[in-house]
Amino acid sequence: MTKTAKKTSSPYAGRIAARGHFRTLRLDTPFQPRIDALMKQNDWYSWAGYRAPASLWDEELEYFAIRSQAALFDISPMVKYLIQGSDAEAFLNRVTLRDVSKLRPGRVHYTAWCDDEGHVLDDGTLFRLTDDAFRLCCQERHLPWLLDSAIGYDVSVVEETEEIAGLALQGPTSFAVLRDAGFEGVEHLKIFDLAGFDHQGGTVTISRTGFTGDLGYELFVPANLALSLWDRLMEAGQMRGIRAIGYTALNRARLEAGLIVANADFTTAEHALRANRARMPDEIGLGFMVDLKKGHFNGSRAIEAARKTRKLGHILVGLEIEGNIPAEHAIVYHNKKKEVGLVSAAGWSPLAKRNIAIASLSRPYGDTVNDDLWVEIYALRELKYEKMMKRAKVVERPFVKLPRRMANPPADF
Amino acid sequence: MKTWDAIVIGGGHNGLVNACYLQRAGLDVLVVEKNDWVGGAAVSRSLTPGFLYSNCSYVCSLFRPEIMRDLELPRFGLQVIAYEGGAVFTRDGDYLANYRDHDAHRREFARFSKRDAEAYDRYARDVTRQCRFIQPLLMRTAPDPTSLKPRDVGELMYLAKKFHDLGPSQMAETLRFWTMSISEFLDEYFETDVIKANFSISGIIGTALGPMSPGTAYVLLHHYMGEVDGSVGAWGYARGGMGAITKALSESFQASGGTIRIGAEVDKVLVKDGRTTGIVLANGEEIRGKLVISNADVKRTFLKLVEEKELPDVFLRRVKNFKIRGSSGKVNIALDSLPEFPALPKDAPSIRGDLHFTDSVERMERAYDDWKAGRWSADPFLDMMIPTTLDPTMTPPGKHFMSCFVQYCPPKVEGRDWTDADRDAFAETVISQIADYSPGFRDRIIHMEVRTPRELEAEVGLTEGNIFQGELTFDQLLFNRPVPGYAQYRSPIGGLYICGSSTHPGGGVMGAPGRNAAAEILRDLSKPTRHMSPAHDVI
Repeated sequence: MTKTAKKTSSPYAGRIAARGHFRTLRLDTPFQPRIDALMKQNDWYSWAGYRAPASLWDEELEYFAIRSQAALFDISPMVKYLIQGSDAEAFLNRVTLRDVSKLRPGRVHYTAWCDDEGHVLDDGTLFRLTDDAFRLCCQERHLPWLLDSAIGYDVSVVEETEEIAGLALQGPTSFAVLRDAGFEGVEHLKIFDLAGFDHQGGTVTISRTGFTGDLGYELFVPANLALSLWDRLMEAGQMRGIRAIGYTALNRARLEAGLIVANADFTTAEHALRANRARMPDEIGLGFMVDLKKGHFNGSRAIEAARKTRKLGHILVGLEIEGNIPAEHAIVYHNKKKEVGLVSAAGWSPLAKRNIAIASLSRPYGDTVNDDLWVEIYALRELKYEKMMKRAKVVERPFVKLPRRMANPPADF
Repeated sequence: MKTWDAIVIGGGHNGLVNACYLQRAGLDVLVVEKNDWVGGAAVSRSLTPGFLYSNCSYVCSLFRPEIMRDLELPRFGLQVIAYEGGAVFTRDGDYLANYRDHDAHRREFARFSKRDAEAYDRYARDVTRQCRFIQPLLMRTAPDPTSLKPRDVGELMYLAKKFHDLGPSQMAETLRFWTMSISEFLDEYFETDVIKANFSISGIIGTALGPMSPGTAYVLLHHYMGEVDGSVGAWGYARGGMGAITKALSESFQASGGTIRIGAEVDKVLVKDGRTTGIVLANGEEIRGKLVISNADVKRTFLKLVEEKELPDVFLRRVKNFKIRGSSGKVNIALDSLPEFPALPKDAPSIRGDLHFTDSVERMERAYDDWKAGRWSADPFLDMMIPTTLDPTMTPPGKHFMSCFVQYCPPKVEGRDWTDADRDAFAETVISQIADYSPGFRDRIIHMEVRTPRELEAEVGLTEGNIFQGELTFDQLLFNRPVPGYAQYRSPIGGLYICGSSTHPGGGVMGAPGRNAAAEILRDLSKPTRHMSPAHDVI
């Protein structure tokens, strides 16, 4: 019979010290003390196991902070992997859809990765920090997939979600806030550029990226520097209308920008309980990423075959819907009769002054057959459904293009 | 002499479910039970004053909600209390807990391996896919693949379509899953010993196989298909012990006009011209019945209760070869106070769930090696729980009932019958394992009931003490359970049916065999089945 050994100086001390996590099911992010201080609505949601704000004080005004001022949004719960090694570029070329050799150090690109059947596992942003160091940011968790794909490559993959805090600073005055906060040279960052800046003896990585389609930046720092970074930005932004915001506001902005959210607008392959719910990049509007010329990557054969045999059953499109009633989760019809798809995100766009939506349709609808599309909206009005059949038109995404997002140098609002 | 419309042999949960449905269809039904109480392996008995034990089965999840609804079991007092999840203690003084919250679950795994923590989503997806395929089959009679009857062909087509809908890679995965070992299956997802041990538990419980034996991956599925009041995959305690289920069933049965006779052991099923005419009790009393439905396992029914000469050779041979090997024992303990496990933080919810000490697949396999040699495991696998942490009705205030399911425990000890001394030595092995992790445990023991396969067979009537009335390996499932050609609850004897866990879909306190058998009987009688809710859709 084996005896249990209980020693205080156990080699498993770290593991044993971490046992108490069951007492707090939703973690705080490194910015939590600041967010708690500003939280007036107590409107929280769980983002990947973190206590995240849905709205802090007024979801409408939080949205307008993105479009008219500068909005600060805590993105620390985003899953982050640090990928390093002499084969890092080759490894990421093998894992992801785009050609990583074209991504220079100091640049970021939006990419996605697939399983061997060509089904999208997730989308995310890949930051090339140096020649052989990358940070991959995404919604879901992929450590086993990344480690298994790394076999044979000189590369290390480290999950660093808790160690690295992240902030999105978005909106027309965001550049001015950063400049006033003393991040010298930030004006040189073009869209999708990144650079390291000094902060409190450490480094903050600032990239001109975001999830709003607006002028904006994302900042990553070691967790211990999080609060001082927040304070630095808030102080500098006081006169520029800086506001902390929650996800409800951000979600409206991302819809206007036509951006998709994993497991909201498409089902990631590892969460598809029904195998036929998994999607190829071409089926969720990410076909542009697929680079079949760069050499083999995970899922490339399946994607190539599906393209050849035209076995791409679905398509993700932007819709403009008549009227102003949000069509969230409405069924899309052809000729008002045939069910051809589903709206996954929808809302009134204050910027475009249009009723917009992202929808997944069964081809050929949304692909070659685009006329006579309708959405059926059920609007619950004081315990009575008002049923409406509204005409929908397939339109280009993004729904809103803001010149200030790309302008160089960035405007000083 | 009265002739009953139907006589059900054995008042276990499946016998009672069957009897309830038949009685509610207008039949005059008699249940005969050899013990002085009903319940079979779903019982709560008081063996020491003030304490109730769940003597055999001890947790509830698989019992079908459709049956609870049809038979109004909540009205007859059935309540199931879900627990949050248990833990596996590790030999280095730590433990691995299972939490219902997805993120807590991941963080718990991350204490051992970040990789394994992030592997859980894919594992859960794959197992759920398998569950979604098999679960709708639980409440359907398995089709006979050799039959050309429209119904069998229709059901086979349904199966074939479901299988085809999986797609090529998933079809391959499914075939692998049904035949591979739980150990190999887990190796495809996880790297940490204790995490693999944690998941392999569901692959071996009740089965005379080790985690490295082919076929154990499927057994895992069997334990994943349950729910507590709609919470899928949850497990819980029946308030008042597992006997609460059969108590509610017998009250429901009697409320609808059914009759139960306890202390009535059946000696023989009467057969005349290939058709049953009733039963003879051990005391010689003859009871006439148009139909006889046996809740006893397939071996007991056809090798003990029916004369061999009445049965076809091939059928007999297959029944004799049906795998129903005893592999487990049970130790029920009355405790003076709640045991302490220094590894567990005082406020950890795991104490209210299932607790285990086997922290590697290797250790579990070694425990199985002892069984193969005809010995109980020197370092056994325990599935241990303290239901009174959530259900105070079973003991006096402050006292506790602990249920220990113990594996492996052979039907015979090195080829000879169990003795009382063997039984006591077996119990000592169990107590000593618990005491290793819970100082002072022995001093808390007030009373103990020790059940080896010998006791389980003698009292409950389970051949070799096999808790599933036959192993849940793929060769004994669906249209091969219990034997090919007789998977639809009928037998070679006219009017004689079987409704226990030996039949599709198998063991666990599920009730589905009893219900499915009732549906077949009513079909044979051309009686309506409107009182049987259709099986819930799988969503």
